[in-house]
Amino acid sequence: MDLENQKRVKDFAEKYGPENLVVVLGAAEGEAAGLAAETVTAGDPTFAGPLTGVQLGLTVYHVCEPELKEEFDPAVYEDQVSMMEMVLDVDDIVNEMNEIRKEYCKYLSA
Amino acid sequence: MNSVIKGSGYCLSYTPGLMLHNGSTITTERVVNPDGEFLKEMGKHVRSYEDCVAYWPNQVYIGNADPEELRKVEFPYYDKKFENASRYGKFGEIMPEAEFLLLAQSCDCFEVFYLEKGFVEAHKKELAADPVITEAILNRVTAGSELSEIETLVSNGEAEGLYYENKLVGCVKRAHDIDVNLSAEVMLENLMNKASSVLAILHSLKNAGISPDDVEYVIDCSEEACGDVNQRGGGNFAKAAAEIAGLNNATGSDSRGFCAGPSHAMIEAAALVKAGAFRTVVVIGGGCVPKLGMNGKDHVKKGLPMLEDCLGAFAVIVSENDGKSAEINLDILGRHTVGTGAAPQNVIGSLVADPLERAGLTVNDVDKFSPEMQNADITKPAGAGDVPMANYKMIAALAVKKGWLQKSELASFSEEHGLVGYAPTQGHIPSGVPYVGFAKENIEAGKMNRVMIIGKGSLFLGRMTNLFDGVSFIIQKNTAENEQGAVSEDEVRKLIAKAMKDFAASILDKEAEA
Repeated sequence: MDLENQKRVKDFAEKYGPENLVVVLGAAEGEAAGLAAETVTAGDPTFAGPLTGVQLGLTVYHVCEPELKEEFDPAVYEDQVSMMEMVLDVDDIVNEMNEIRKEYCKYLSA
Repeated sequence: MNSVIKGSGYCLSYTPGLMLHNGSTITTERVVNPDGEFLKEMGKHVRSYEDCVAYWPNQVYIGNADPEELRKVEFPYYDKKFENASRYGKFGEIMPEAEFLLLAQSCDCFEVFYLEKGFVEAHKKELAADPVITEAILNRVTAGSELSEIETLVSNGEAEGLYYENKLVGCVKRAHDIDVNLSAEVMLENLMNKASSVLAILHSLKNAGISPDDVEYVIDCSEEACGDVNQRGGGNFAKAAAEIAGLNNATGSDSRGFCAGPSHAMIEAAALVKAGAFRTVVVIGGGCVPKLGMNGKDHVKKGLPMLEDCLGAFAVIVSENDGKSAEINLDILGRHTVGTGAAPQNVIGSLVADPLERAGLTVNDVDKFSPEMQNADITKPAGAGDVPMANYKMIAALAVKKGWLQKSELASFSEEHGLVGYAPTQGHIPSGVPYVGFAKENIEAGKMNRVMIIGKGSLFLGRMTNLFDGVSFIIQKNTAENEQGAVSEDEVRKLIAKAMKDFAASILDKEAEA
């Protein structure tokens, strides 16, 4: 994850409280989504950015996951995301995200 | 009449020394993780010049094989060799490091670039043997300095060292004592960019078969900035490179747009020529030192060679219609506007579907699309996927939504209308333009009718706007003959005669009715 974005996520978590923050990803692949999700939960796995060793445990979803899709106005989703839904390997992304959330998220209500 | 693509040059400069010392991933790592594994290990992952030349994607970039041939090579590419690989290709060359350092020194106009005497002596003949390197350039290469002088400048912190086979052989000095815009790092990046552009210009002139004196304007669309504290990005890379390349009749300017830069510049060049302002315009993009080794950490972690060891550069010559060369159709331009939005389907809609729809065409009328042509061998191990493939999937998905394509055709679309990526990850270099040379050839050989070049840019990196950006244009078969036919004197005479005849007949009819 871009170093500047890591800094912004860290600042938001301090300002609003990590329990009040949801990170929404738009990565094009499961692996990339997983890396970004890991960064905002367990810390930067590349040891390069401000989130190195910082375990924020934030709630994190990819925009194509069903839990998030439900939150959208269907017309907006159709207009903005439906084409990418056709393109992406959504199952792979969902699996990757579920794994990371299960392991590292601290604020998910069961 | 539409302007034409007269010729192009595509060059790589093998620069592992710059990669290991000046790539941004490495310089960042030195600050945040100086004792880390990566810095210790990276030296073992540098490939030889011979391996770099025999690397399939590099041979495609300089024109020794069509991208369609690369499609047949089993992925990944880094462990395969191109048989009978050559330094030179029909579009350009892969210049070895030592020669490139001498070329870069010849581009220095302010005595900031030092090379050690023995190093210059050892390699000047090699540079002289390059068929595009001019006498004027060779005369600019200085005799060189004592190693002790270079060592002092580097140890004082006044200069950035230049290393060849892990030995200090030169340096680039700061051009001002306190102005960071003229620091040694910035001067090094800018001079390397300039040198790589010069090399691409020289190859493009050769390929187009025109004289340096024919060029009237140069547009540089790189991503560097040159200037001082009072005008950080004042410019002008275009004119600076034109001077060394011997384009004595040219002026020029810089155009910027991150990775979308080359497509913007191509449209500007085509418009300048079509409007008659300049007869021959060269669009240039030089190499980017900070992007060398950009994904190196992932490459090293996965046991691959560090594949980002070359500066990329290109030059495309756009000129007046000669009645035969492939031309740029300015009537079918894709525009990502301020109001378009950043959702991928809006982006692809504005750049691909909208311009085709306005021209009464569909994606099926375009033989090949050339979007972001990054080599997947570099991006996949870094978790960024296959970038061109992602673009083709988006174009195909949008085409399905438009009813231009059946859902069952999604997979075959990428193969029929797409290309496999082969360009180095040098930002603006892979953005649409690498295929211009092949597009010209394939269209002129009658193998294709239309190719769409798509440039996209992430403007948020400059922190001035969150807007996305992009433009696209179509290269097509030459239509000068049709246009001339439509306005030929004979045709006009016939049309007037027919109109007069019809008019006379209508009067006679009216009289008869009365």
